[in-house]
Amino acid sequence: MRNLIFKEIDDLIIDSLGIVAFISFFVGGVVAIQTALNLTNPLIPKYLIGFATRQSVILEFAPTFISVIMAGKMGSFITSSIGTMRVTEQIDALEVMGVNSVNYLVFPKIIALLLYPFVIGISMFLGILGGWMAGVYGGFTSSVEFIDGAQRDFIPFHIAYAFIKTFIFAMLLATIPSFHGYYMKGGALEVGKASTVAFVWTSVCIILFNYILTQLLLGS
Amino acid sequence: MIEIKNIEKSFGESKILKGISTVFETGKTNLIIGQSGSGKTVLLKSLLGIHRPEVGTIEFDGRVYGSLDDEETRELRTEIGMVFQGSALFDSMTVAENVAFPLKMFTKDNKAKIKERVDFVLNRVALNDAHNKLPSEISGGMQKRVAIARAIVNKPKYLFCDEPNSGLDPNTATLIDNLIQEITQEYDITTVINTHDMNSVMEIGDNILFLKNGVKAWQGNKEEIFITDNEAVVDFVYSSNLFRKVREAYLKG
Repeated sequence: MRNLIFKEIDDLIIDSLGIVAFISFFVGGVVAIQTALNLTNPLIPKYLIGFATRQSVILEFAPTFISVIMAGKMGSFITSSIGTMRVTEQIDALEVMGVNSVNYLVFPKIIALLLYPFVIGISMFLGILGGWMAGVYGGFTSSVEFIDGAQRDFIPFHIAYAFIKTFIFAMLLATIPSFHGYYMKGGALEVGKASTVAFVWTSVCIILFNYILTQLLLGS
Repeated sequence: MIEIKNIEKSFGESKILKGISTVFETGKTNLIIGQSGSGKTVLLKSLLGIHRPEVGTIEFDGRVYGSLDDEETRELRTEIGMVFQGSALFDSMTVAENVAFPLKMFTKDNKAKIKERVDFVLNRVALNDAHNKLPSEISGGMQKRVAIARAIVNKPKYLFCDEPNSGLDPNTATLIDNLIQEITQEYDITTVINTHDMNSVMEIGDNILFLKNGVKAWQGNKEEIFITDNEAVVDFVYSSNLFRKVREAYLKG
């Protein structure tokens, strides 16, 4: 089981770092540029670029939108790998041997995705770093102003809120695609269809839970 | 010995198995044959516990499947080896890891003992140099041999094979048939093979169960199948000119 968990950590977490880092860095940069371009009034301070970048990245971009992207990347991987095992009778083989196939296939994924908050932490850091680089080297703000904005009116609970969301999304990412892979019927074509359906449902659930959790944690 | 008593299995309105009773004997290769849709696969999956019959019982040496407690069921399952039609090897594992899998899951053997047993069974199926290859890197015939090695590695009492030589060339199919028969006799296990292959029927059919529309239409051995006048069996087994001529030649002596 330990080897299985390490393998899932490699497949699901380590293999996702590259794409998460790439997207986070450049989207963070775009958020900073878009904010700067919309600050046309000279009375509005430039530190707002850093402030807006931090808030956007920590509150929504890193936990929610990276999770939607991961619903496509991790989710389709989980559904197609379990679905292929179903189609090729590998799951039947486990059952015949007396192995609890749900436990064997899904439990390591759930454990591996407990590390998902680290991925989102890296996304937050790189998003803000991307915003700083785009803001400073694009000539939209100074480094001092950006960092001032990034630190201004910081509410620590926002980090807790982001990681609570992230944990819930991690469980959705592990379970919904696993369900669609495990209970699929048919052949290779159906594996592809199951992956698509899993992506759609995981994304829908992430967005719905995002709304509910935001209302519960920040709305009162 | 596996004894089936009057089992019935339906899916929705459709009754697939209609009161089948038979005995699969130890040390013999027991074949289930019949047209597509006759209930062969459902019968095999019922024996494996993948399907639960609504009526009737299946006894493994006196142990009634379905009335055992969890521990007894788990123990029985460790006594079962299965060779799936598509081999069902785990894609992400090497040949040696596939074969070692049941030992790692169900025994407390140390690494050295597991390696020794894996080497032995891979040698038994003539795959001495495939240990570190992935299933995708070996041929269909080799995959079947790995599947057989995996099925017998934990010294099962019961071996089930679902169309073990489908999609294989005649030489490899014969090799697989012979291997299964040798293993059955060597380890004195109860082997049940679901097959469409008439060569297998003629070569290794110690006990042949013919199903038609979910009922047992005939039962006998490979000698008896030549002389039977059961119309359903004759129509099915001797549907090709070649086998018809073989039968005529056999009957003429």
